[in-house]
Amino acid sequence: MSLFDKFAPLAKARAELEASGIMPFGVVTERLLSATEGIVNGRPTILAGTNNYLGLTFDPECIAAAKRALDEEGTGTTGSRMANGTYTGHVALERELADFYGCGSAIVFSTGYLANLGIISTLAGPRDVVVLDADSHASIYDGCRLGGAEVIRFRHNDAEDLDKRLRRLGERVSNTLVIVEGLYSMLGDQPPLAEIAAVKRQHEGAMLLVDEAHSLGVLGNHGRGAAEAEGVEADVDFIVGTFSKSLGSVGGFCVSPRPELEVVRYAIRSYIFTASLSPSVIASVRTALQVVRRRPELKKRLWDNACRLYEGLKGMGFDVGPKPGPVVAVVVAGRDHAIGAWKVLLDHGVYVNLVLPPATPTGAPLLRCSLSAAHTPEQVDAILAAFSGLRSVPGMRPA
Amino acid sequence: MPSYDDIYAQVVRLLTEQVKYDKAITGETDFIEDLGLDSVQVMELVLHIEETFDISFPINVLPAVRTVSDLCSQLAELTNKPV
Repeated sequence: MSLFDKFAPLAKARAELEASGIMPFGVVTERLLSATEGIVNGRPTILAGTNNYLGLTFDPECIAAAKRALDEEGTGTTGSRMANGTYTGHVALERELADFYGCGSAIVFSTGYLANLGIISTLAGPRDVVVLDADSHASIYDGCRLGGAEVIRFRHNDAEDLDKRLRRLGERVSNTLVIVEGLYSMLGDQPPLAEIAAVKRQHEGAMLLVDEAHSLGVLGNHGRGAAEAEGVEADVDFIVGTFSKSLGSVGGFCVSPRPELEVVRYAIRSYIFTASLSPSVIASVRTALQVVRRRPELKKRLWDNACRLYEGLKGMGFDVGPKPGPVVAVVVAGRDHAIGAWKVLLDHGVYVNLVLPPATPTGAPLLRCSLSAAHTPEQVDAILAAFSGLRSVPGMRPA
Repeated sequence: MPSYDDIYAQVVRLLTEQVKYDKAITGETDFIEDLGLDSVQVMELVLHIEETFDISFPINVLPAVRTVSDLCSQLAELTNKPV
């Protein structure tokens, strides 16, 4: 027996992919041409799987702010927020996030993953309960595991099932954290947040955390996410989010109307025991947040592109789910069909995410596209043209 | 509060309805090695069991459940636990 034995199934799957000459999980972008185009395998490729929803990775204002910070503050902080790693920019970004959400407190983390890991594991300990949507992101599950709370799943997007789970807890509901996402990353579907908030209100003492990683900048009149769009911000106790999607950088955050968050900060291990974000990242994120507030037309352009792709794919007969959104996932019947189709798209100059079970919520493989405000209508049409070649491929359309 | 035997009988009946398996299901039947369930199928099965017994099955205890009797022991503990 070796420590490596347990990885044998993974090694076998990798070897099979290698033998087929297709390596979907090691794609190298050799050069970036823009927020939506790069050189992959030596050829220009439209990037349609980057979560770069507002296209801000190449925004001139964000780049200029990052360059200034690099010149003035150096390449990194080399320390924890609790030691030498808090600069004026970190504190300012927390203040600006709190202001954006109309909350009293905000904490900035080094990644979105660390934000969920830290907040959830610190809030919900061994005597507490987490009730989470079954399709929650891995960072949420990992946060639960690290904290040691009892973890109960409710059926995806089913407020009635959530209600049932909370009722079964009895008095323990006052030590319960409910977790949902504002937009689910794999299929791009949204939660019935108004119903979920109503259920939470009925169970006094339960707290609600919404992960707005994929909905910040995408949903709500001001881009604050699903809670804003559904008019339930007053019912949300914690919002977690990331800088690595709509804000075009890297990092994560938690905001809360609860002043206790300021004390919780000092107990969060993923905040304490890691280096803080570099000044250039902080500067670009602060600028990106201003851009979200100042340029609502970016959100409109994103949704125009999303609807154009969704309607086009739906018109071709692909299985794309019930509603358009910035994530458009084509469900494919069969792993090998999905891998082959993904390669055809790449050969036609379109990169999308290939998602295979068990990483998919329904057990079926996905060709997952994410749109950007920076995509041109012509690029969306080119994505559609690449997909049109897959119409006759087995498994690509429902029988 | 159901007894272990009641729980065992219900679980076997549920598995017989839900899973294709050409042998008799016993307490030693292994969910993955014998029944060949993947993680998605295990979670679906758990949802059925939760409905049947009107309980919530914490996912923390799943790693300890390999066989039918493991599952029945956990269910006996959950259904007899005071709220």
